[in-house]
Amino acid sequence: MSSGNDSTKKTVLVALSLCLVCSVFVAAAAVGLKSTQQNNKDQDRKKNILAAAELLDPTVSIDTSFEQIETRIINFDTGAFASESELASAGIDVASYDQKAAAKDPALSVSLSGEQDIASIKRRAKFATVYLVKQGDAIDKVILPVHGYGLWSTMYGFMALENDFTTVVGFGFYDQAETPGLGGEVDNPNWKALWKGKTVYNDQGEAVLSLAKGSVDKADPKAQYKVDGLSGATLTSRGVTNLVHYWLGNEGFGPFLANLRGEGA
Amino acid sequence: MSEVKKVLFTPIFNNNPIALQILGICSALAVTSSLSVSFVMAIALTMVTAFSNLFISIIRSNIPSSIRIIVQMIIIASLVIVVDQVLKAFAYEISKQLSVFVGLIITNCIVMGRAEAYAMKNGPVMSFIDGIGNGLGYSIMLIIVAFFRELLGAGKLFGVEIFTTVQNGGWYQPNGLMLLPPSAFFVIGLVIWALRAWKSDQVEEADFKIVANSKAQEAL
Repeated sequence: MSSGNDSTKKTVLVALSLCLVCSVFVAAAAVGLKSTQQNNKDQDRKKNILAAAELLDPTVSIDTSFEQIETRIINFDTGAFASESELASAGIDVASYDQKAAAKDPALSVSLSGEQDIASIKRRAKFATVYLVKQGDAIDKVILPVHGYGLWSTMYGFMALENDFTTVVGFGFYDQAETPGLGGEVDNPNWKALWKGKTVYNDQGEAVLSLAKGSVDKADPKAQYKVDGLSGATLTSRGVTNLVHYWLGNEGFGPFLANLRGEGA
Repeated sequence: MSEVKKVLFTPIFNNNPIALQILGICSALAVTSSLSVSFVMAIALTMVTAFSNLFISIIRSNIPSSIRIIVQMIIIASLVIVVDQVLKAFAYEISKQLSVFVGLIITNCIVMGRAEAYAMKNGPVMSFIDGIGNGLGYSIMLIIVAFFRELLGAGKLFGVEIFTTVQNGGWYQPNGLMLLPPSAFFVIGLVIWALRAWKSDQVEEADFKIVANSKAQEAL
């Protein structure tokens, strides 16, 4: 290397031109690939919604299957579908509403006190997207977005309920970073299958569905409210129980589901 | 030609970045719990090492020595971001599993080490080949480690069941330790042992000699 390289002028010149070239390069990659990435994310989310509702059919494209599903926004304050005027005043568009982003926006979310915040999510959006599978005009299945903190990560998932709004059709996470092989077993298809047919609410209408420690004794009269815990993942299991209790309880979708039950009866 | 061969293949067994230079251990621990993830990580790292060596080598005679590490880092970081973006676009499932580890290639000592040790002193073509060679050395270790971890930890290879585990009604009781990062230390340790038993010139000279125990009369 010649000593001319070390002059201040040369140093600044090299640094500037290198930064310029690299930033163009990186920006081009990020912008050029953005639509493909966004598409992947959408597909992945839709696939998980379909999987929770047991509508996933490998022979049909995800977009076609997703046409059976109706997307609606609900208001947690009223426990009902948000009216046009509520959506308009909050500036929400049904198709593009992003609950994750809304939960960070002070205008669109509420802060949770320590006592309320059993799922450790700190803030909750005022509105939530729910997905309905309809049979004629009647709701056949409802798919609810849930999330909560496990051991390392916030786990995002979907829970689908039958039209009695208490029996689970399916449950699964689409985004989690728990320990692979231990907490990561929340993605194990065998474990997810255990949720099917379980009951969320007890006779008093409380959300009681929980993970048991170890496996569930079939003779237990409360077996319908319990799912096998994940071995070696106590904290992840606790996180899953907490997020189910939170999102299906009074703070979450509880009032909304109670309303739906009232209408159905 | 023989020079090319030497640069390309020495890092695989004779001068393996993980086994002999003990570089890049961190990602080797983190991503090796399944083979498919390790495979993608290996390809990503090989690409980054090869191209960062290439670009650094091209501009090596213009890099002021006072900012050379920063210059190298900028090139490496840009390449890593591009790789991460490409994975997110074309291998979404795997990029989800790799999560932060692709980004952490930036801090992988192998990339930086080769840039500083080889690309700053050699021509672009040879530097590129050196990057590929070292990437392959890293890859082979990653795949060996992931093979044992996935097989013993989950009874699978590339996600395909080899041993039916007890959870699925089979006979194999999976070894949970193999899925946790420390097991990669054990596997890497065993591989280094095997490698040094085979190629004894890799054995380092001891830093000190153990002296015989002191005798009773000396202690008095």
